[in-house]
Parts: sequence; C-alpha cells; structure tokens
Amino acid sequence: MNVAHHAGAITAALLALAAAGVPLARLARGPFIFYLLSVLVAAGAAVSGALALWKGEFSIVALPIGLSETGICLRLDALSATFMVIVNVATALASLYALGYGREEKEPARVLPFYALFVLGMNLVLVADDAFSFLVAWEFMSLSSWALVLLKHQEGENRRAGALYLVMAFIGALALIFAFGVMAAGGGNYLFDAMRGHALPPLEAAIVLLLTIVGAGSKSGLVPLHAWLPPAHAAAPSHVSALMSGVMTKVAVYGFIRIVFDLMGAPAPWWAMIVLALAGATTVLGVLYALMQHDLKRLLAYHTVENIGIIYIGLGLALAFKAHGFTRAAALAATAAIFHVFNHSVFKSLLFFGAGAVQNASGTRDMENLGGLIHRMPFTALTFLVGCVAISALPPLNGFVSEWMTFQAILLSPDLPEWGLKLLVPAVGALLALSAALAAACFVKAFGITFLGRPRTRAAREARETDRFSLAAMFVLATLCVAAGIFSGVFIDALAPAINQMAGGRMPVQMSQPWLTLVPVAESRSSYNGLLVFLFITFSGFFAAFVVHALASKKVRRGPAWDCGFPDASPATQYTASSFAQPIRRVFGTVVFRAHDSVEMPPPGSMRAARFDAGIHDLIWDTLYAPAIGSVAHVAEKLNRLQFLTIRRYLSLVFLALVLLLLVLALWP
Amino acid sequence: MALTHDLAVQAAQMMLVLVLAPLLTGFVRKVKARLMRRQGPPLWQPYRELVRLLGKEAVLAENASWLFRAVPYIVFATTWVAAALVPTFARGLLFSWSADLIAIIALLGSARFFQALAGLDVGTSFGGIGSSREVMIASLAEPAMLMVVFTLALLAGSTQLSVVAAFMASNEVGLRVSLGLALIALVMVAIAENARIPVDNPATHLELTMVHEAMVLEYSGRHLALIDLAAQLKLVLYASLIACVFVPWGLAVVGAGPEMYAYGAAAYIAKLLCIGFLLAAFEMSIAKMRVFRVPEFLGGALMLGLLATLLLFFSRSL
Amino acid sequence: MRGLNFDIAHLLAGSLVLVSFMQLYQDRLTALLHIFALHALMLALSVAWQAYVQDAPHLFVTAALALVFKAIVIPLTLHRIIMRLGIHREIETVGGIGLTMLAGIGLVALSMVVILRVTGGADPLAREDLAFALSVILLGLLMMVSRRNAVSQVVGFMSLENGLVLAATGAKGMPLVVEISVAFSILIAFIVIGIFLFRIRERFDTVDVGALDRFRGDRA
Repeated sequence: MNVAHHAGAITAALLALAAAGVPLARLARGPFIFYLLSVLVAAGAAVSGALALWKGEFSIVALPIGLSETGICLRLDALSATFMVIVNVATALASLYALGYGREEKEPARVLPFYALFVLGMNLVLVADDAFSFLVAWEFMSLSSWALVLLKHQEGENRRAGALYLVMAFIGALALIFAFGVMAAGGGNYLFDAMRGHALPPLEAAIVLLLTIVGAGSKSGLVPLHAWLPPAHAAAPSHVSALMSGVMTKVAVYGFIRIVFDLMGAPAPWWAMIVLALAGATTVLGVLYALMQHDLKRLLAYHTVENIGIIYIGLGLALAFKAHGFTRAAALAATAAIFHVFNHSVFKSLLFFGAGAVQNASGTRDMENLGGLIHRMPFTALTFLVGCVAISALPPLNGFVSEWMTFQAILLSPDLPEWGLKLLVPAVGALLALSAALAAACFVKAFGITFLGRPRTRAAREARETDRFSLAAMFVLATLCVAAGIFSGVFIDALAPAINQMAGGRMPVQMSQPWLTLVPVAESRSSYNGLLVFLFITFSGFFAAFVVHALASKKVRRGPAWDCGFPDASPATQYTASSFAQPIRRVFGTVVFRAHDSVEMPPPGSMRAARFDAGIHDLIWDTLYAPAIGSVAHVAEKLNRLQFLTIRRYLSLVFLALVLLLLVLALWP
Repeated sequence: MALTHDLAVQAAQMMLVLVLAPLLTGFVRKVKARLMRRQGPPLWQPYRELVRLLGKEAVLAENASWLFRAVPYIVFATTWVAAALVPTFARGLLFSWSADLIAIIALLGSARFFQALAGLDVGTSFGGIGSSREVMIASLAEPAMLMVVFTLALLAGSTQLSVVAAFMASNEVGLRVSLGLALIALVMVAIAENARIPVDNPATHLELTMVHEAMVLEYSGRHLALIDLAAQLKLVLYASLIACVFVPWGLAVVGAGPEMYAYGAAAYIAKLLCIGFLLAAFEMSIAKMRVFRVPEFLGGALMLGLLATLLLFFSRSL
Repeated sequence: MRGLNFDIAHLLAGSLVLVSFMQLYQDRLTALLHIFALHALMLALSVAWQAYVQDAPHLFVTAALALVFKAIVIPLTLHRIIMRLGIHREIETVGGIGLTMLAGIGLVALSMVVILRVTGGADPLAREDLAFALSVILLGLLMMVSRRNAVSQVVGFMSLENGLVLAATGAKGMPLVVEISVAFSILIAFIVIGIFLFRIRERFDTVDVGALDRFRGDRA
C-alpha cells in the first residue's frame, strides 16, 4: 500500500474520531471508547510505518486537491517512516494511559475532538511533500494543541500560557512560510522536489536557515524561543502534555531535519556553528531552569528543553561532518540524535504520565506539598524511578546510550578544520557533560521530594494508587526504556535507512557484533555493551545479597529516625524542593538567573515567623520578550489614535494613499 | 581453553579489587596516624569493621521504603562492576570492551544517584544536606572527569581503558602539557569524589563537614557494611585509574603468562601503596575548604580539563 | 624534531600558564604572593632551560635575575609591606572566581587562535610556545582588570612581564635580553614603591618618614 492509502486511512479514521468525539463525550463510557479506538488507530499507523520501513517500500503520490497548479504531494520515505513509528507508538501509549486518566476529565467534549485533530496534524506533517500541505498540517497541530492547553481556562495562569503559546506558534509558522517562500522562489514552485533540485546561493541559504531555526526551533524549544513551552505543557492535561513534550517537539525536529538536511542541499560549516552554539546554550539553560522549579510538570517541561538541546547537538555535529564529507562520523552523530529522539519520547512520556498520576491522586503538582508517595503509590513510584534513571543518562538504560554516542561523535571532531568549530565543539562537549550531571541532580530532586521522605500535607498522606490502564502504559514505557538500553543495537539498525538518507552513510551493522555490543566506529576505538553491563550489575547485586544473607545477619528492626535529640514530628522540617536546589542555585543561579536568597529574621522576643525569600530572574524573558511585548504594546497604543479620527481626516488618509500610489506609478522606471 | 583462562583472569581481577579495597583504606589511615605521631589502628581494622557490621542487625527508620533497603546492594554492585573494569595487574581483560571510560564514570554516577535518593528517603534534614551537597559536588566533578576522559581519548584515539593504558606505556606519547593538566584535574576530581580532605572529611560526623556521611547516617548493620565497602572500592578505582593511565609500566597483557601476572600484581600493589601514602600526606598538610569554595575548586578542575581538550583540538591542525 | 628537549621547554611554558591560572584562583593576598613566587621560579627554570638548549649563556643571567629579584626579593618585600599596612585580608574580586577562570579559558583559546593563524609554516612547538606566552600576558592583564586591590594588580603586571620574557627567550638569538630584563625589574620596583608612597601620602598627607613616626601606636 502506498502513502496515499496510508495517509488517507489515517485521515479518515481520525476525522471520524474527531467528529464522534462530541457525542461520545456525553456518554458515561464515551471517553473510554474514544481512547480505545485511538489506541487502535495509532497502533495501526505505527505498525504500517514499521512495515514500510522494514520492507523499504517508500512512495510518492500527488493528489489533485489543494493548490491549483501543483496539488498536494505526499511522500513516505525512510525518515518519515521512522518518525511515524516514533510518533504513533507514543500516541498509542498516551491513549492507553488516557483510558484511565481520561475518566477523571470533567469536560471531555473539550478534549476528545481536539485530541484526534492533534494526532492527525502530527501524522500529516510527517508525510507532507509540499510546502502547502506541510504548513496546513503544522497549523492544525498547533491550533488543536492550543485548544487543549486552554482546557482549564478558568485559571489566569492557563490563559496566559495559551496566549503566549498562540503568539509563539504564529511567529514560528510565519517564519516557516517565509523560509518555504525563499526556497520556492529558487525552485519554481512549492513542491519539495523542486526545492531539492535547486541549490541555494549562500545569502539565501543563510536566510532560510535562520528562518527555519526560528520556526522549527521555536516549536521544539530552542533557547531563546522556548518561553512558551513550560507554561503550555504544564497547563494541558497530562496525556496531552506527554504528547506535546514527547512528540510534538519531535515533529518540529523532523521539520528541521527535513528542511536543513534534505531540502537545502549540501550544508556549509557555519550552519553547524550556529546550531551547535544554540544547542549548547539550550542544554545547560534548560536543565538549570528545571532545577529551579518546584512544579513537577514545569520541571519536566524545562527538562524537555534540555533534551532538545542534546538532539540539536547531535544534529549540529552531523551537519558539520556532512559539510566536510566525513560520512561515517556524520552517520554516528545523526544516529545519536535520532536515537535520542526516540529515547526522549519514551521516557518523557513516562515521566509525564507519572506526574499526571500524582496530580490525580493528590490534587496538586507542587512538590512542596507532596512526599512519601512511594508508600502510597508503589507502582507509579517504580515506573517513575525507571524514567528518572533513564533520563539522567545512567547505564544500563537507554538515555546513557544516546549520550554516549553523542560523546563519541564529539571525540571524532578534532579533524574538522574550521577554527570556530575547534573552539565550539570542546565547549559544547563540556556543556553537555555539565548538563548530564545537572540532570541527574534535577531528577534526584524530583523523585526524592515527591516520592520519598514523609508526606508534607494531608493530600499526600491520603493519595491512592492510579488505575490499571495508566499503570499498564507506564510499565510498557519502562520496559521500552530498559529494552532500548540493553538491546540498543536492534534499534540502531532499525534507524539505519533514515540515517542513510540524512547523512549519506550509516553506522556499521550492530546486530552482527558479538554479544550485542555497540560499536560506533571500530572495535579498537570504543564499544559498549548494555546487556553485559546489565548482567554484571544484576549478578553482582544478587551475589552480594546472597553472600550477605548467607553469612551475615538477616535481621531487621524498625525504629524512629535519628533526630539528634530533638524529636521533630512535623514533616515540614525535612528538605523541600527549593532547599535541595539551594547549593546549585547559589553556584550557578547567581550568574545565570541573578538568583538571590534572603532571610528575614524577627527581632529577639518577637513571635513572628521568619521569612525566607528565594527569587530568580528569567533573564531571557527580561531582555528579549519583555521589551518586545512592551514595544508592541507601545506601538499599538500609538496606532490606537487612528480609531478616533474625524471624517475629514479619514478622507485625507484615503486621498494621500491615492496620491502616493499615483506618484509611484509616475516615477517607476 | 583460552576462554576459561581469560574468564579466570577477569574473575581474579574482580576478587583482587574487592579484597584490596579495605586494605588501602586501612593503609591510608595508618599513614595519617603515624604522620600525626600516633600509633593508629592496625592495617586490618577495616576488615574487622566490615565483619562486625555484617553481624549486626539492621535498624531501619519506621518510614524507610524498599528503595532504602535496596540501595546498598545497588551501590555496591555498580561500584564493584566499575572497579572491576579498570585494569589493575593486566590489561586487555575479557570484558574490558563492554564498558569504556565514559561508561565507568556513568556507573559511578548511577551509584551516586541512588545514594542521594536513599539520603532523601527517611525525611530528615541530615539526609537532605548530604544529598543536596553531594549533587552539587557531582554536578561539577563529573564534567571535569569527562573532560579528562576527552583529553585521554583524543591522545590515545580510543576511550577503551586498555587501549589508553597501552598507548601511555608506549613511547609515542611525549611530555605533553595536556597530560599534565589532565593529571592535575584527575587528582582534584578524585579527591572530591572520594570525599577526602579538603572537600569532605571522611572521619567525622559533624553537619558542617558532612556530605557523604550525612547521606548514609541512617544506615546500620549489613547495609552500612556494603556502603562502606563500596566507598573503599571507589577509592581503589580512582587509585587504579591514576596508576594505569599515568604510571602504566608493569601492566601485563592478558595471555602473557602467570609470572607476568605476578609481576603486574606486585607493581600494582606498589603503585597503590605509593598513591595511598601521597594521599595521606596530602590530607595531613591541608585544611578542609568551606563548602562554597568546593565549586570553585572543582570549577578549576573543569577549566583545566577544558583547557587540556582545547589544546589538543588546536594541536591537531598543526 | 620532537625530542625530549623541546618537550621539556613546552612543558615548562605550559606550567607557566597553569600557575597563572592558579594565581587567578587565589582569594588571599599572602597565598597570591606565594603563587607569584612560584610563577617567577617557573620562569627562571624555563629561561635557564632555554639557555642550556640554545647555548646562550647570557640567558643564564636573565634566569638568575628572575630567580633572585622576582622569586625572592619582590615577594618578600611585598609581604613585609602588606603586613605593615595591614591589608593582608581577602582580595575583592570583580565578578567572582568562577567567571574569571572562564574568561581566562577564553583568553587562552583566543591567543591560540591568533598565534596559530598569524604564524604560518613555523615549527609547531615554537608556535605553541608563543601562544602560551601570549596567554600568560593576557592572563596577567585579566588579573589586573579583575581585582580591586593594588597589590594584586601589581602582581598581575609582574606576571604579564614574565610572559614577555618567556616570549623573548623562546625566540632564538634575541639580543639585549639581559638588559631589558634588568630594566623591567627596576621599573617594577619603582612602580611598587610608587604605589605605596602614594598610598601613604593619601593616608597621612606626608611621606616624611620622620613625621610617620608620630602615628606609631606602641611607643616604648
């Protein structure tokens, strides 16, 4: 079956679901049926994408609808098929999660139709082969997710999040329209094939690259265009947040790859420099922002920014290598990036599902009000822990493998001749290492404050475990994390056709290595075997447990915790999220955020409570967004006077415009 | 036959580091005591402490979770696997290609991740202090270590420790500035990661000097024994790393025969004792830094590692 | 060409850069003076090695001058002076030590890029040595710019001058090195004395030593 059948089937199924969403919302079991059907549709799409990838059946189809001269063109090639599998697997699991989570939804009619349209938009972006259908699907994606962000519009914070999201999505789409416009001017029409065939002169290539960074980069969350991402992802319901963070950002990465690696032709080295510089800044700033948060979903959303930075580091390195013709190295860097795309969609979805479960069970997302949930919600805690270990890039799970491959790609780069790259690549390597360590700190905080310790409020004391469907989805994702970490060779070989298309080469075949080792370049150079590491750790752990229990005491006694002689019954004396982050806030935050801590102690004898203030300034907002918003408001105010002119003044405006046009006509050579 | 031989050598290495770990700690304590003109505990004291702790019952806080009970085994397992992958008396071991330097550092990072979680588990302030300071120190120590790894990998052309050790033992490497900077950075990171003076005091239980001790405050009995053993293994790991990279002479190659192994083992023990002595002398001669001077210390290590990597990037073009 | 001789010279130049970084790291005045003495000692060793390798005996004189003047006399004098004036407390840094070291890395990278682009086909190690010398100069300037205390600024200036001497001795056959070194050292001595004279004058409105005696607290 070719791509037209594929796309047609998905479109029909999802449009039908969207239409059925409203009447289904009124039934008691309606949302359940809806999400069940969406699981099936997404699973079907994933399977057909995987089949196309495996059999190598790629196709292009031109349909007569759409723009008059060219019509819509759809293409399913290796890159599209790979992303289609990633997107739809995550969607299927999100729908599975929503089978349980969606039962608590108070206004399902606001969610169900837009959910189906959102998934439809994402899928259509992946198969679009001309600018028109690409942009229409892109806007579909943005608008339906905006509607989902505004679900709980009664709260002012969510309204602001929605407004910011809409404006940034609009700016991004505008940038992409212009980018396609520049490329179409060279190629002749809006079809991607025409754009591929035409090589861009350097000035236009620069313009297209910058516009693509604004357009696709802002949608994926590159600094400094990331400001919309955390409020929007925190405001949406959890399965939608998982899709937005784990999947929509990846569709934006797909857009970037399609334009920069495919449509723009042979890359120039300075492109890589811009991408690497932005990606390095994104990585570190994302994780530092995440460390300062105490809202669980905002923390996860800022962390998405960091992982997008890691993906773009891989893409930047691939561009640099491709520009010089080092295909093996480019293949390694591109594989690291795409594998991290998959890994991130898996573990970020898992973490968002856990956060949603916690929010439903306790009614709050604020870590400062939680604690001790490992006793009340053991399975959620276990899967969340697997997600935390995976995202902190710890072996033997999957996050480590993609970061390891990125480091190996960095170690291949001294052969690049440009001075800028020679300075930038080691700096980016240091930033990547720094962000990996900070990410581990961030997730110790997230898991430790939320699930460990003693419950800080009554809601946390009385939380209950979530339902089976949510747990099933989370267990599947946790298993995927472990599988992708241990059997990474299988996944990397599956990515090979897409990498071949992107970078012009591929990594050596991993399945033929002994013991399922991962060998990125050559065995003498470096290798990693997740399976053996996992087996060693398990063996050593059980061996130690066996020896200790056989030879030593097995007894356990419970007693109160050590309190230094001052029994503190109040759980408020344990560490909070902001106190945990205080050393890091003091070391990094004073520079990056102008963070300040102040303590106000009452005078002796007064019974007033002391006050602790920890404040940070979002410097990017203050220097970039606030002046932009301020100047737009200022201009709008000035222009407002045009509303209140007299009739004579309006007539003179018309008269002046007419005279001006006639002048232009007269003077035009 | 060759397979069982290689397997035996790898197993011997695993057992060797396990057995030598408490001995190195005991040796360092003894040297410190002697430098202070005290008698000091006997060399075997850490072994006796481990045996004593293993025999005691474990007292757990009332709200300690399953994670608290599992963490000592996880920490011990990951640290032991990491320590077993660093060449001690022979390089080119059977499983040395399954994890390179970056993986070894990440394994230590896993141990630290779970240790920090265990600190937060009981819900008292002590654990919180230990965990938050530990992750702050780790957030700078790990990148510095990775920069050292980059330097070594760029010089040797590989991140595999056996290949790096072989390269350093050959005479292709001259006296390079980057290697000197990398050595200094590695020593600084090793001091920070092993909770030694001037970063942390391994001998006290005061809040002001606690980082590692605060995280394990609630542990007792066999759990504490495992965690102590893991900390001693970490010290042996870093000492073996410094020895096999910067003093690589005497390392046997797997398959060279038992007398080469014996020679390698003797060389290894001599290097360990040397490093232990230097560590003890260094600890005696300097005072502990205040906590917020540690990021500057480790930031310096990170800068040195970055400088070493930069120099290597530039000299490739010459 | 990559013999042990060149490696040792290279190593000594690199250690001078390392000691410059150590200077940036210090936040106490007495420790800074000790590190500066180490800086001058490394310079003396480096110049002595160049004298041995290039077979230029007049460089031995330069090395001896560096050793005596800058490693022993000046640090001792400064130490006594700061003890007397009571300013042996913490140096106020502008911007924090972490940022200063980050700027230092940037300067080293900059000097490497500049030197390696400007010098064309010369011997690679000589180019790197020149880049190290330029780094020491820039790090000395950074030290002067990022401190508020006059003494640390003087230390920065002297380490800048050490970098110049390193660059000069690295190139073979540079004449008048000895004379230039002596002149620089005297210049430094005058600058140091001048600073303290001005400080004394602004405090006490006089540099008359007899008049200063009136302000001594514990007269027998």
